[in-house]
Amino acid sequence: MFVKEGIIASPGIVIAKVLVYEKILIEVNESKIEDSEAEIIKFQNAVKKSHEQLETIRIKAISELGKEEGAIFEAHAMVLDDPEFVEGVETEINDNHLAADHAVKIITDRFYEIFDQMDDPYFSARAADIKDVGTRVLQNILGIVQADLSKLDEDVIIIADDLTPSDTAQMDKKRVIGFATNVGSRTSHTAIMARSLEIPAVLGLGDITETVKTGDLMVVDGLTGKVCVNPTNEQLESYENEKLKYRNYLKELEELKDLDAVTLDGRKVELVGNIGEPNDVAGVLKNGGVGVGLYRTEFLYMNSDVMPSEEKQFAAYRSVLEAFPNGPVIIRTLDIGGDKKLPYLPMDDELNPFLGMRAIRLCFKEIGLFKVQLRAILRASVYGQAHIMFPMISAITEVRQAKAILLDCMKELEAEKLPYDKAVKVGVMIEIPSAAIAADIISKEVDFFSIGTNDLCQYTLAVDRMNQEVSYLYDPFNPAILRLIKQVTATSDQKDNFFTGMCGEMAGDPLAAVLLLGLGLDEFSMSALSIPQIKKIIRSVRYEDAKNIADAALNMETGEEIMDFVQKSMKKLNLNI
Amino acid sequence: MVKKEVTVLNATGLHARPASMFVQTAGKFKSKIFVIKDGNEINAKSIMGIMAGGISQGTTVEIQAEGDDETEAVDALVQLINDKFGE
Repeated sequence: MFVKEGIIASPGIVIAKVLVYEKILIEVNESKIEDSEAEIIKFQNAVKKSHEQLETIRIKAISELGKEEGAIFEAHAMVLDDPEFVEGVETEINDNHLAADHAVKIITDRFYEIFDQMDDPYFSARAADIKDVGTRVLQNILGIVQADLSKLDEDVIIIADDLTPSDTAQMDKKRVIGFATNVGSRTSHTAIMARSLEIPAVLGLGDITETVKTGDLMVVDGLTGKVCVNPTNEQLESYENEKLKYRNYLKELEELKDLDAVTLDGRKVELVGNIGEPNDVAGVLKNGGVGVGLYRTEFLYMNSDVMPSEEKQFAAYRSVLEAFPNGPVIIRTLDIGGDKKLPYLPMDDELNPFLGMRAIRLCFKEIGLFKVQLRAILRASVYGQAHIMFPMISAITEVRQAKAILLDCMKELEAEKLPYDKAVKVGVMIEIPSAAIAADIISKEVDFFSIGTNDLCQYTLAVDRMNQEVSYLYDPFNPAILRLIKQVTATSDQKDNFFTGMCGEMAGDPLAAVLLLGLGLDEFSMSALSIPQIKKIIRSVRYEDAKNIADAALNMETGEEIMDFVQKSMKKLNLNI
Repeated sequence: MVKKEVTVLNATGLHARPASMFVQTAGKFKSKIFVIKDGNEINAKSIMGIMAGGISQGTTVEIQAEGDDETEAVDALVQLINDKFGE
């Protein structure tokens, strides 16, 4: 028995026998050949044969895997016909008197290296395509036939150094139920294939082909990124358990996806996702999130070597807004400083960065930069339900200052005849204790609040949660924090057309869900994967019960006491988490 | 010979689908067609050449064609780029 850790490429757990897929090593003829014409004909025949094979695979891939997978083999066919490829090989044969196989290898390697060295994962994947085509042509020149995976007798996990589109397309999809490979990344072909076939895969295991043999029993755990070879009975039992749990989890997730987050007695709240970039939208949709409660725009800035332009930002915001035609998208303006810095924006070192020049304060100092972002959000606002949220607000004066700049941007757009949503909602993060305490004052200037529990906790309890000596004091269940939350929701309750959400980690904590519901939260924003679990809890509880639990908790003395009470109350209500 | 400068505007540049659309369009013409980027000539009918060219969003390139249908070829390719490949 042994366990190895690799890269998680596709989730799920599978237990089956191993099939080691070894490739026949290709050796090319490196001697000089005088009869170039014969070599050219060999090459042309191999290209022709490769075309025929690719067409067969393409048809199989389209019917079994879909059009997109079929397109890979169209791309392969294009490489075969590519003038740079064909002319390159023919030049090597004619001018350097190389054998056809040798020439193909040299040209394939040359292009492989160009693509492989590109930083972009898309192009690294194309490098694999080129190698795949080159290998096919070489095999056809040399008459090599690879192991056939198209008809298998039992369920297997395929073990290989790496898998190419040609390998995966010809596989028996009913029998191949997992992958484990030596090399590969989350964006490599094997990973993409595994996700589209919805089978677990762990890649980048280094030497898995050397350490297992065909027939070994293996567990591929695509949830933790581990493989377990020849597990003990005890391990096997525990993995069977995990497998069942994951299957049930998926089933629940599927059943809940399109249902509202509504309590047994009819109180409806909104469950939305936290995202860092437009790509994260897919996860929110898949997990049944109805919008975005926190779009952290700083990633746009941090993933760039230069200040992102208005156009670039506009495109990003627009794509997120368009994904949720009926749901809110809360775009938080740049929250940089503190521990996050930008390479192109010089910032002085500070003694207390978390109490210094960050977020909205920095935007007031760099008004030009702030306006680019506000203009981009405003322009995108016509494509959905845009909500603008200002971070690190400590008092109403800052809200007024930010809104004045926003108004300037609106006037500019009007002068330029560029459309924007005049009713765009404006709100603030409640993460500084003064803002929570003065929520009633601040509420006069805004349409919504979103409570950022991570910073609210750190600032209220004066504790750096990254500092291990004091992090034990960091506790969102501390009564002071709950009372601050209550103060904010109480303000919100008294106003029409106003809502209070939460976008800190607490919002996705199943243990906090009932408490927060009872405290009167209207919207919960969390990482997409937490949404189904929180939805399940909300759908299983009465709002009246949640309110009673919250009211009792507000009068308790310590976080520990509150957590203990919440756990017991949830058990009483038959809420298992 | 006909030549024209054009800036690639679609988000992904001459990536994947746009690259193959570009090469397929180029392939419809008899003329010899080249894309000039930073002084390097890339065969417009070569998918590998075009993809290896690293033509990202915001890159300005020159399209050159020589042959019977050179004007049509350059116009078609410039239009494809300006239309952002229908993205």
